[in-house]
This record gives sequence, C-alpha cells and structure tokens, in this order.
Amino acid sequence: MGKLANLKASLQGSKLAQGILLIAFTLVTAGAVYLMDRSVTAFLLLLASLLLLYYTSFTNGIKWIIALVLLIIVIPFATSGGSSYESYMEVATQCGIYVAMALGLNIVVGFAGLLDMGFVAFFAVGAYTYGIFATGQANNFISGDLFPLSGGTFWIFILLGGFMAGIFGILLGLPVLRVKGDYLAIVTLGFGEIIRIIFNNLEKPVNITNGAMGLSSIQPPDLFGYDFTFPHQFYFIVIGILLIVIFAVRRLEHSRLGRSWKAVRENEIAAQSMGIPLIRTKLIAFAIGASFSGMMGVVFAAKQTFIDPTSFTLIESTTILVMVVLGGMGSVPGVILGASLVTILNLQVLTEVTNWLNQLSMQGIINVPTALSPSKMQRFIFGMILILVAIFRPNGLIAAKNRKIPKEVVTGDESSNSKTTTSALRKVRSE
Amino acid sequence: MFATILQTLPQVLIDGLALGAIYAVVALGYTMVYGILELINFAHGEIFMTGAFVGTAVLFLFQGMGLTGGLPPWISYVLILFVAMMVTGALGVGIERVAYRPLRKAPKLISLISAFGVSFVLQDLVRFIAELKTGNYIVSVPQLFEGRFSLSFSSMSAALGNATVKTNTVFIFIVAIVLMVGLDIFVNRTKWGGAMRAVAQDRETASLMSINVNKVILLTFFIGSALGGSTGVLFAQQYGTIDPYIGFILGLKAFTAAVLGGIGNIRGAMFGGVVIGVLEMFASANLGLMTGGNFGAEYKDVFAFAILIVVLIFKPEGLFGKAVKEKV
Repeated sequence: MGKLANLKASLQGSKLAQGILLIAFTLVTAGAVYLMDRSVTAFLLLLASLLLLYYTSFTNGIKWIIALVLLIIVIPFATSGGSSYESYMEVATQCGIYVAMALGLNIVVGFAGLLDMGFVAFFAVGAYTYGIFATGQANNFISGDLFPLSGGTFWIFILLGGFMAGIFGILLGLPVLRVKGDYLAIVTLGFGEIIRIIFNNLEKPVNITNGAMGLSSIQPPDLFGYDFTFPHQFYFIVIGILLIVIFAVRRLEHSRLGRSWKAVRENEIAAQSMGIPLIRTKLIAFAIGASFSGMMGVVFAAKQTFIDPTSFTLIESTTILVMVVLGGMGSVPGVILGASLVTILNLQVLTEVTNWLNQLSMQGIINVPTALSPSKMQRFIFGMILILVAIFRPNGLIAAKNRKIPKEVVTGDESSNSKTTTSALRKVRSE
Repeated sequence: MFATILQTLPQVLIDGLALGAIYAVVALGYTMVYGILELINFAHGEIFMTGAFVGTAVLFLFQGMGLTGGLPPWISYVLILFVAMMVTGALGVGIERVAYRPLRKAPKLISLISAFGVSFVLQDLVRFIAELKTGNYIVSVPQLFEGRFSLSFSSMSAALGNATVKTNTVFIFIVAIVLMVGLDIFVNRTKWGGAMRAVAQDRETASLMSINVNKVILLTFFIGSALGGSTGVLFAQQYGTIDPYIGFILGLKAFTAAVLGGIGNIRGAMFGGVVIGVLEMFASANLGLMTGGNFGAEYKDVFAFAILIVVLIFKPEGLFGKAVKEKV
C-alpha cells in the first residue's frame, strides 16, 4: 500500500513520468489493436488513453494537442490494421455523434437545469431535414424535379439542420418555459413521442416523410468530388464537428450567458431579481442544445443513408440523458466520458456479452433464457444507472467545477499591488 | 358529415367515458403524489402497467386452479382487483422508500431523474418476468365478462345510432365510481385524510402538529399506486392485450388529465380524466371524417398532447386549481 501511494505521489509530481506512462500505455494498446484482428478490450483501452490524458497535469494547450494527435492519427492508424477496421470506426463515429448530442443536452439539463426528456426529437428533425431534401422525397411537395440535392449541399445542411432543430426547440419552449419547471419534463417527453408519430404518419395529404417506410438512399456527402461513404470517412467529419461543438460549449460555459444559465438553474427567482431575463435565457439554452442535436441528425442521416421513425424512440432520448447524468450534469469532460462509456456499453459490451452467453448456452454450459439476454436489458441498465447516480453520486463521474476567482481579484484589495491582481486575472482567463 | 358524427355519438360517448374513467383514476395517483411532494411520479404509468400484469397473472393462476369455473365472474374480478391493488400499493411504497425518500431534500431535477429511472426499471422487470413465463412480453388477457348488450338510442331519436356496451364497461364505471367516491370521502372526512391535506399544505407545520409526515407520504403512495394498479386490471379486461410499454403513453395522458383539472386537486383530476377520455375517443372516431381522411385516428395521441400544451399556455393552474404565487 505504502509503495503504491509513493508511486502515486511521484507520478503526480513529475510531468515527465506522466508523459512516459501515457506514451507507453498508448503504444501498447495501439499496438495491440493494430496486431490483433478483433479485440474489443484493446480498443477500449486505447480509447481509455484519452481519459488518462485528462488526468495528467499538463497544461490545457498541450492536452488538446496530444488529444488531437491521438484522435486524428493514432486511433485511425491503429484500427486500420485488422479486418474489423470499419466496425471500430463505426463505433468511434457513433461515439462522436452521441458525445455531441450529450453536450447539447448538457447545456439544457446541466447548465440551465431544464429536464428535457425528448431530446431525440431534435435529432430527428435534423435527420429528416437532410433526408427529405437529399432524396427524391422533396419532389412530392416542391415542383420542378430539383431533388435529390447533390451530396455537396451536405455541408450547408449541417447548419440548416441545426437551425431547424433550434427553431423547433424555441417553438416547443415558448409555451412550456413560462410555466413551472416540472411540466417541462413531461411535455418534452410527450413531444419526443409526438414528433415520432408525426413523422410516422406524414405521408398524407402530402407525402413529406414517407411514413413508416422511411427515407432510403440518402445522398452521401461529397467534398470537391470526394464521396464520403465509409465509417472511417465519417469519423473525420464527426471529429471536426465535435471539435467545434466542444469549443463552443467551453466558451459558452464561462460566458455571460453560461453564467446566467447556472444562475437560473440554482434559483430562478434570485436570478430574475439580478436582472437575468428568465424566459429568454432558458429559450436560448433550449435552442442551442437542440441545434447541436440537429447537426448530428444530419450527419446521422448521411451516414446511415436510411432513416425511419424507429431510430428516434424514447429509448434514444433516455440514452442521451443517461450519458449526461452518468458523466456529471454541467461538466463538459464528464459528459464526454459519460457519452463514450454509454455508447461503448451499448454497441460493444452488451453485444459481446450476449454473444458470449449465446456461445456458452450453445455449448450447454449454462442456459440463459433469451428474455434475460443482456442486449435486451438496456432499459433496466439505464434505469438503474439513473437511480443509482441520482442517489449516490448526483454530481456524476467527473463533477462540474466552477471556475474560482481569487479573493483579491474580486474585492480589488488596495493593499496588494495591482500587478498581482492583473496577473491573477490573466491566470483565471487562461484556465 | 354531421349526420355521421351524430350517428356514432352514443357509441363514442360510452367508449370515451370508459376510457375517461380509466384516465381519471390513474390521474388521481399523479395528482395525490404531486400534491404532497411536488414531484411528478414518472413511475406511476408503470405502476398502472404492473397492475395490469399482476391482475392477469392472478387470473391465469385462478384458471390454473380451476377456480374461474366455480366462482361467479364478479367475485373473481373483485379478488383480482384486490390482489393487484395490494401488490401495486406495496410497490409504490417500496419505490418511495428506495428511490424518492433519499432525495427528498435534493434538487427537483435529481428526484425527477430518479423517478424516470424507476419507470424504466419497472418496464424491463415486467418485460422479463412476462417473457420468462409466457415466452412473449405481449400478453393476451382472458376475459372474465364475455357478454355485451346493446343500448337502443335510435328509439329516442332516429338521428342517433345504437351503442354496444361490454359488460366490462359497466364494471369499469362501477369500480371507478366506488374508488373515486371512496377516495373523496377518505381525503375529506377521515383523520388520515386530514393529515394528508395538512402535509400537502405545509409539511413542516404538519410535522409540528404531531403528524407523522413519513407515514402520511407512504400512505399517499400506497393509495395512489393501488388506484393505478386497479385501473391496470380494468384496462387489461377492457382491451384484451397488454404489454410492458402501455404505461408510458397512458401515463402521459393521465398526467394531462391531472394538469387539466388543476394538479393537486383530486376532484379536478377526476373531471379532467373524463374530459380527456371523451375528447380522445371523439377525435379518434371523427378526425379522419372531419379532415377528409387526411389526418386519421393515428393522431389521437397528438391530440391529447395538444390539449396539454393549450392548457399550459392559457390556464396553467388548470380548470379547478388555484393559481399559486411562488413564495421566496
């Protein structure tokens, strides 16, 4: 025990040791992923190197550079070794999509304290915005045989999808945000379901969404003639958007608006009496959160090339909520961790365990009834996560930290000279 | 068009009232818990669903023992209702104890999240029990009352059509009225009911008046959940198939009913339930007709939701609720 504590202390003290550990860990896991044909464990450990990076004591700038190197070079390269390249990249892409959505929901739930339980509705709005115009579907209500639009418009549609979702967020928020907070949860819950019903039935009088049949053969994005069709190509699109989203969220969090959100979350009446426009602040949170989700909806539609209303059910909304709650409401690194964990649990761990159990029952070692197969137990697992986190760890895995400003900066202490004050301020800003 | 609507009106009204009675009793559970804890009990829809499954399981048990042949159907019906109410009542108490009480002082957001988690866990637990026992989580329910009779409205006026009424519908009316009147008397006339109202008004002052607040809250959960569970049985008998996910949309509508009547107001919830039920039946029967087939019965859920939004915009305190000024 004592040795371990010593080791920990020396690790905390020395950045060099941390760097060596990180590099060694990354190299070993990346090598393992590269050499082994399909090893989920190795892949997970490789992703864990990002978490390890988070806990090192490098400055933020260096952490970002290392993270970019890991995401853009190391991970795509390491996974390209075996035959399951595309399936790894698929998982990573999904992960990115969910991280961006969870960050969007985090603005609504974590920063502004508004419980939105139908978040997938905005994702659906984004997906259908692209889906309708990038297939022949739009010909049904716009004459001139202009559609499908080419894949080049995808980049504009990312913004358009975000915009549309934002509009829907405002439309939904306007009536609801005026009344007490608890209603919001149930109204958004209903809204998520309603959007699905509407998309499921909007094939008459005018066929807009093609109903339950869904929209198929959606145009893949292209950039100057380069088509994006495989997961490893989408991976880079998602990473690009994700970086913008993370940057935006971090800027927003400490901005005037972000501080208003937190004030509203803590106490609406107190916030209002400090001059914060309550409804407008909440609406902006709603719209921005929704637009992140809408943008990822566009990417999702382009990646799947097929969408139908079954992709946008309550369980999806809950999944995103679980990510935010598990990671830590209001904490950006926490939400990223939560989203990655839940996605990987969903896509990799549950299916792997199910396969393993199936194998065991085929060999006759144990007999697990299909009702209990783990891949069907999502609801149970997510429900348990929500309850347990709410009771035992309401701040999530990585708790949100509020930025601290040294006392002398706030009080403007006369006795300390102004030089230390400005340097302290600068330090705060750079954090 | 008008003539057709009028023709089907008696049938629509009767079906709507039956559905409304179910919504009303479920809405009571939402409104009672909200009145006392200011918490939306998301799991209430799932308690209703559990009631439906427990009732059906007991019915299968009776059939297995060969009791249904011997007993008159209404006795087994009442027995089933009783068992389902006890089980769901206990379930509600357990949920309060495990998932809500530790969070009573936590921010509202946290307890809502916990409530939402409970509803998911319940859905899945019921799913695997049902799937383990029957192989399929969608269960078709044997009917206790097979009979139906016709009410001849056409003899009153030629414009009205006849309505067919299931015997079970009559039973729903009787049970719902007994439950609602019983609850109303309990809350307004008894000592425990008084304690309940006191806790709803001001928890701390009530505790100073030597009211055991925790016990009152548990009692509220027990009664609310038992009401929800009993409606589950009625629902299963009326509509014949149940699955673990019926509680979600139905809970949403019952909540709308509670909001419409003024949340926290027991009589309001009863009224709201009946209004929502009748409106929904009317919409699902006539929406297609009125829009020339463009929007059909599949939008009936959207319709209930639209009512919720409209109420929240124009009368957020509900029809019978009092507008509450928030105290600082």
